[in-house]
Amino acid sequence: MKKLLDKFLFAVMVLMVVAPAVSVFLWMLSLSLKNEVDTLAYPPALIPSAPTLDNFIAVFNGGPFFSYFLNSVIVSGAATLIAIAVGVPAGYGITRMKARKMLLTIMIARMTPAISFLIPLFTVFQAIGLTGTLAPIIVTHMVITLPITVYIVAGYFETLPRELEEAATMDGCSVWQSFRHVALPLARPGIMVAAILAFIFSWNNFVFGAVLAGRETRTLPVAIYNVLTFEQIAWGPLAAAALLVTLPVLILTLFIQKEIVGGLTAGGVKGS
Amino acid sequence: MSNLNSPADQPPRSLLARLLPSRLSPYVWFIVPALVVLMAIIIFPWGFTLWMSLFDWKIGSAATFIGLGNYADLVHDTRFLEAIFHTLYFTALAVILPLIFGTFAALIFNHKFPLRGLLRGMFLLPMMATPVAISLVWTMMFHPQQGVLNYLLSLVGIAPSEWVYSSALAIPCLVLVDVWQWSPLVMLIVLGGLASLPSDPFEAARLEGASTWQVFRHITFPMVLPFIMVAAVVRLIDALKTFDTIYVITQGGPGTASETINLYLYLQAFSFYQIGKASAVVVVFFVLVVALSLMLFWLRERSKWSDA
Repeated sequence: MKKLLDKFLFAVMVLMVVAPAVSVFLWMLSLSLKNEVDTLAYPPALIPSAPTLDNFIAVFNGGPFFSYFLNSVIVSGAATLIAIAVGVPAGYGITRMKARKMLLTIMIARMTPAISFLIPLFTVFQAIGLTGTLAPIIVTHMVITLPITVYIVAGYFETLPRELEEAATMDGCSVWQSFRHVALPLARPGIMVAAILAFIFSWNNFVFGAVLAGRETRTLPVAIYNVLTFEQIAWGPLAAAALLVTLPVLILTLFIQKEIVGGLTAGGVKGS
Repeated sequence: MSNLNSPADQPPRSLLARLLPSRLSPYVWFIVPALVVLMAIIIFPWGFTLWMSLFDWKIGSAATFIGLGNYADLVHDTRFLEAIFHTLYFTALAVILPLIFGTFAALIFNHKFPLRGLLRGMFLLPMMATPVAISLVWTMMFHPQQGVLNYLLSLVGIAPSEWVYSSALAIPCLVLVDVWQWSPLVMLIVLGGLASLPSDPFEAARLEGASTWQVFRHITFPMVLPFIMVAAVVRLIDALKTFDTIYVITQGGPGTASETINLYLYLQAFSFYQIGKASAVVVVFFVLVVALSLMLFWLRERSKWSDA
């Protein structure tokens, strides 16, 4: 009997912990499926009386949502790819040289507010006339993607046994070859986690786009923020837009939560 | 004797010396590309900011060197001083509350139970979701007339609140969002710590008949404290830097009631284009972040000593 009670109490605690996290997203979903009458109804209901996709249609018809989506894909994709291309060898070099102090620069970069990178870069981009293109946004997004990539990948290379690379060197491989053919394939899972997290954090970023993007070059978070400020506030379409922006991230998170736990814990714990 | 020149015997060399060609490690070339990028997007901005903070410069006009003039102005700028106070107020709450809630969640998720993976993934959603998107939803939930939060209050018989529309409540409301958003990160770090603990002390304590609370108070908590301190440092840095949620939900308002340093900085730089002054704000802000982080590191060292 006591055991059953313990189990029940534990279930209640799990619910207490998880419910707030989930309910906000459920409310978002509910708002996005409500018609105007339901949105203004009091008391508000979680389940819409007549669920409708009108809000989503309004989002797609209301503005160039798809081109903003494309902007976001290009910006986050490019910033992640460059970060992987540059950051994976760097993470490898840092672990093999045991130059952990270099990671300190990255830690200090994390302590600096993003806006402080923006002021100088914004000034430079203005001077060379790159504003209004996606290039400045991609460059600034690397402030996010590169440190996280180096961090996670360096942590991953550290866990790999060195013996295999040493054997490859014995067999006459150059340093580059033993990286390319031995270490790199082994590190693929770590690189995947780094790439996914870098992409998500870049996708989520608001402030760089808010400052640097013109009308044509807005990323999704900037675009939905502008819906809030410049148009009559219509909750349904707004909730639908917000949900569309963040849904890919939410689904990805649920699918790879195990890998995220590993990657972020390594980053967070080693981060000091 | 032949070992005398091995790297381990040498005093630590500066980065520059390490890059000198005479002793070039083949691995240096792996780092060079990243180093170039880091120089351009991180090191250069630091130097530029420090230099610009000495100028009176508004975009579109000529820059005049004024030495420490921007800093002198900031000392008398009541709006800036209030922003510092708001930042510290917000940060104190946004560090402590997620630490408590996140540690509690970690203790729960450290047990084995059905669907644990899925539920843990759900718990992580707030920190992975797009901040602007969730801020918009919270803005709607905070709405005094149509927001769901006042309806929920009415269910338990509490009078409706003004939420973020009240000067006194704006910061606590933003803290609420922050706790919701970032407790998962604390949970992750503490959970990592719990997983690394040896099981012997716990078994011994059970055999001695210790209660759950006693086990937590005397065994789990001291052992996991270093991890909680790591989480505290990470949380501190993130809380000081909070921008998106505040910018979307209150824009620093009502009035300037929730204007933190970061919001003030954004306004100076990108609404008033006062690059010189904004750069000085960045420098002061950075000093504040480093000082508070060092303070936490110091506390962490002390907590280690008291264990010994």
